[in-house]
Amino acid sequence: MSMRSNIGRVRGLGSAKTGTHHWWMQRVTAIGMALLGVWLIVSLASGVAADLTRLTAWIGNPVVAILLILFCATLFYHVRLGLQVVVEDYIHSEGLKVAALVGITFACVLGTVACLFSILKIAFGA
Amino acid sequence: LIFEGNPTMADAKRPLSPHLQVYRWGPHMLVSILHRATGDGLAFAGGALLVWGLIAAASGPAAYGLFVAVMTSKIGYLVMFGLSFAFFQHLCSGLRHLHMDTGAGYELGLNRKLALATMICSTLLTVLLWAVVLL
Repeated sequence: MSMRSNIGRVRGLGSAKTGTHHWWMQRVTAIGMALLGVWLIVSLASGVAADLTRLTAWIGNPVVAILLILFCATLFYHVRLGLQVVVEDYIHSEGLKVAALVGITFACVLGTVACLFSILKIAFGA
Repeated sequence: LIFEGNPTMADAKRPLSPHLQVYRWGPHMLVSILHRATGDGLAFAGGALLVWGLIAAASGPAAYGLFVAVMTSKIGYLVMFGLSFAFFQHLCSGLRHLHMDTGAGYELGLNRKLALATMICSTLLTVLLWAVVLL
């Protein structure tokens, strides 16, 4: 029988306050994606990306640029959270799992930065 | 623990808990796996095309011209059609999940109806979107 106290046994095993963080963020980003996604798909359907002249004029509108940045940032956050669960469900080898999670994180950060830089370049150049 | 030191019993085929194959296939199961499949499709294909399109647009007319040419080819339209259905299915299924997160919609009949509703809504929204785009 261990002589250690309860607090001594759990100390260092992680905070008890962030267990639902992933779950919450997936839901919060989902609500963001529902609103921004519908806005983007309706915009695209109206032909704003049909050619570069129209796309540049569209992104030149500050409100559009701001919403587009929010869309890309929220999208890759949501993708990061969603793919993490898929990897954790299907990849059981610890090394492969960690490698996949790091790869997904890098890809999502890269995607976010690529989108944001491109949007800003178009918006400031418009 | 009672099997320890008794290899014949420890190696014997142990019963497994019931898995997918024992359940009758239903719309809730299809919607569940569709949510993951559409999410993966949107993440990889949608994410890649979003990044490509924006970088191309920021690079200039030639790069964006190539992007538009690929996206308006037959395969391009097929991809856009698939992505639009995936988006609406993931959206409807996601809204169903948010509803279920409140503890609602677990009654067998209602659960089945709402699962079917996500597929009907996503199909209708996809048809409506492309009707607006093409007509």
